[in-house]
This record gives sequence, C-alpha cells and structure tokens, in this order.
Amino acid sequence: MEKVVAPKIYFRTCIALLALLALTWSIAYVDLGPFNLIFALAVAITKAIVIALFFMHIKGSRRILHLAAIAGVMWLMILIALTLGDYFTRGWVPLSH
Amino acid sequence: MSILTSQVSDRPAFVAEQFDDIDQQRDAAKLGMWIFLATEVLFFGGLFLAYTIYRFTYGHVFVDASRRLDVVLGGTNTAVLLVSSLLMALGVRAAQLDHRRLLVRLLLGTAFLGCVFMSIKAVEYHNDFVEHLVPGAHFEWKGPDPHNAELFFWIYFAMTGLHAIHVTVGIGILLVLALLAWRGKFSGGNYSQIEITGLYWHFIDIVWVFLFPLLYLVGHR
Repeated sequence: MEKVVAPKIYFRTCIALLALLALTWSIAYVDLGPFNLIFALAVAITKAIVIALFFMHIKGSRRILHLAAIAGVMWLMILIALTLGDYFTRGWVPLSH
Repeated sequence: MSILTSQVSDRPAFVAEQFDDIDQQRDAAKLGMWIFLATEVLFFGGLFLAYTIYRFTYGHVFVDASRRLDVVLGGTNTAVLLVSSLLMALGVRAAQLDHRRLLVRLLLGTAFLGCVFMSIKAVEYHNDFVEHLVPGAHFEWKGPDPHNAELFFWIYFAMTGLHAIHVTVGIGILLVLALLAWRGKFSGGNYSQIEITGLYWHFIDIVWVFLFPLLYLVGHR
C-alpha cells in the first residue's frame, strides 16, 4: 500500500502557496527594474516545486517518477535554450550578401 | 463461483492481467501519467517559448499591454486554482483511505472551483472584448506600437485559451469520476484513476502558476 499523507501537510502546502501568491502579487507593485521578472519567475518556480513535491507526491515517490518529471523540464529547457541561442545571437557575425 | 475465480480469489478483478498486483498497476498508471505530463510541458512550452522571444523583443509594449489585464481577477483565479488543488489532494487521500462519501464531495468541490475559475475567466474575456482588446478587426490600441500590443493579446488568448480547454476537460473528468466514485468503483485500493486525474489537475494548476506572473505581472504595476 501507498503511504497516506496527513491532511495537515496538504493544508500547510496550500497556505504556503497562497502566501507565495500574496508575495508575488504585492512585489509586482514595487519597481525593481529587471528584478521584477526574476523575482516573479523565482516565486513561480518555487510554487511549482512545492505543488510537485507535496500535492503530486514527488516527495516519497519512486525514483522513476522523479526522472519522468525532471525529463519534462529538461526537454523544455533544451527547447528554450537552443531557440533563444538562435534568436539572440543573430547579427553577431556579419554576413556578406 | 467457478473454480477459476476461487483459485485466484486473492487477486481482485480490477487488476489487469499483465500486472502482478494493484500496487504495480498503480505504479504503471502513475508513470504513464507523468510521461503524458512531460508531453504537456512541451505542448505549453511552445507557447511559453513564443512568449519569451516576443517579450524580450518588444518588452516595453508588453508591459503596457499587460497593465490592461485585470490583475485582481487573475490573482483571484490563481487562489481559486490553488485551493482546488488542495481539495484534489485531499480527494486522492480520501480514495486511498476508501472514504467514499468524502471522495465524492471533494471531487465535486474540485470541479466546482474549476467552474468558478472558468466563470471568472469568462468575465475577464468579456471585459477584454468590450475594451476592444481581442485581436482582430475590432482591436483598438491608443498607445504606441499597436501591432505588437495586439501580438501580446494573441499570446494572452492562446495561452489562457489552451489552459481553459485543459480546465474544462479536467472538470468533465472530475464529474465523471464523482459519479463513478458514488457507485463505489474506486473502493478496495482501485483508485488509480483518481490519483492520475489528481496529477493532471495539479499540472493545470502549475501552468497557471506560471501564466499569472508572466501575463498579469509584466514589469511592475
């Protein structure tokens, strides 16, 4: 049988997520320049990890599920990194037409 | 009872032939769902990639366009989805403990919050339509660079629209599961469907967790 998690873990997870939402929402009213984006993304990534760990039971699950979860993120990183590598390096090398 | 079923009476009928036991069957179901979710990450990933490129290319107009979105409705919807995820997680727990009535209630509660999310989204879309923010012939933009402001709203509607389709599918699945749970289909450890639907619902939640800051909180307000 699977391990059944105590309800208080779920309630605490939800409260933490709502607190993170309040944090990212209120910080959006402060001008931090480029750090607004970095901060918003950091909070979003933290929330996603909290959801995956506690709601989706990545914590305490078998390694193969960790692998499947990380694989999804890795492929996304490859997609974004290679495409941005193309878009933002155009014009670095002058082309002769 | 036939001889055959009496010989394998320790093996419940809901364990498929190819599995040793219900635990193995559940593990396979979960792995399958996680692999499906990895494909969903890439499905949404294409849109997130398009967003990233245009955001860096037309940053200023994206900030202006984002300020036209209703951050209160968007933020409220984030909270609604987070609480719906709590109900879903508690629902999976109720299924694990074989609490049938509680499971039905939590599934219906999750579906209800999904409907609340969709209703708020519908109000938002209606406001966007009235304010001529829907891309196309009726799009109106008074600030500079209207073409790229329209591009932001294309991306906004594509991303929230694809997400809304996922929420709608999720609500449908939850309602069917609630009916089946009421009939007692998931008793005796046979709750794979509840568990993997939970994974799907939490994934929808995660997608919105990224959509909210990226669309509503571009730059500071």
